[in-house]
Amino acid sequence: MIDSLMQVGSSLFLLIGSFLLLSGGVGILRFPDFYSRMHAVGVTETFATSMIIIGLIMHNPDLLVDVKLLLILLMTLFISPTAGHALANAAMHADMARPKNIKSDDEVTSSNS
Amino acid sequence: MLHTLLLSLSLAVFWLLNSGHNTGLILSLGAASIAFVVYVAHRMDVVDHESQPVHLTLKLPGYYVWLIKEIILANLQVVKHIWLGSKSISPSFVTITTSQKTEIGKIIYANSITLTPGTVSVDLDGDKILVHALLRESAEDLEAGEMDRRVTELED
Amino acid sequence: MLIVATITILVVMIMAVTRAVLGPTLYDRVLAVNMFGTKTVLMISLLGFVMGRPEFLDIAIVYALINFISVIGVLRYSDHFILKRSGEQKK
Repeated sequence: MIDSLMQVGSSLFLLIGSFLLLSGGVGILRFPDFYSRMHAVGVTETFATSMIIIGLIMHNPDLLVDVKLLLILLMTLFISPTAGHALANAAMHADMARPKNIKSDDEVTSSNS
Repeated sequence: MLHTLLLSLSLAVFWLLNSGHNTGLILSLGAASIAFVVYVAHRMDVVDHESQPVHLTLKLPGYYVWLIKEIILANLQVVKHIWLGSKSISPSFVTITTSQKTEIGKIIYANSITLTPGTVSVDLDGDKILVHALLRESAEDLEAGEMDRRVTELED
Repeated sequence: MLIVATITILVVMIMAVTRAVLGPTLYDRVLAVNMFGTKTVLMISLLGFVMGRPEFLDIAIVYALINFISVIGVLRYSDHFILKRSGEQKK
């Protein structure tokens, strides 16, 4: 009983995760400029990854494997803001280096070509 | 000293969970690699309260619960706007003033901003953080300063 | 459901590659490649369960770390390159 309940829950989490992943993929294709695309990637790296990993943990009864899955989740959650910040920071400094792309602090709507 | 002990302990737990073997050879290899990593960490001078914020241990879980709730809400909002299309978003840069006194507080704040979809911290300069926000509302939420207040509470 | 999730991840990876090919800036490409890498980690873990071999998770952990280092490495390189170029412009 508990077992089949866990399987249903696992399927549910995997389905939600897949939908969120797909949304992130659509976002990275659809959004007009680099910084907006970063937000779409952020969705897939926080919520979608958590949902998929939680789904796998529920699917699997082995404790050692669950701990490894949890480690992967924690690593993704610790790494993604660091990489994201480094990327945004590098992009901003690159824009600063190019004189024609200097923009006011408040409004950026054009794409960063 | 406390930090060295804690680092060795967490590395040992990490090794044991990842290997799952209990033979003498594997365990001694593990002990050797832990000793090497601790030595390298000492040479890099990263074994201190910044890499292991022990003083925050009691307060962090409460903050994490609140942060997870925020992340889920922000995710739903961003997903909604992904499907609504790029007409519905209003990307902008805002500068936010932080009220944290310590470096680690500022870093927790900046990383929390980046971890929440819809806002990315782009640059940290003194007590100002340059943030890129996907939506007006998320920028206004940050300017209202609830996250800032909660991180500052962690510090003391 | 494992299969459905794996196929979705494949589709998302194709989307990331499309963005990496389209560009238009270097940073779009780095972002897309980073996303491709994190999705690979997820796909390796999923495939481990699809094939009934959870040992794949060790590979996934290593892949997550390598992916992080490669992104930081590319950014370091481009940062250095840009700083050098702007220094030359000042002269």
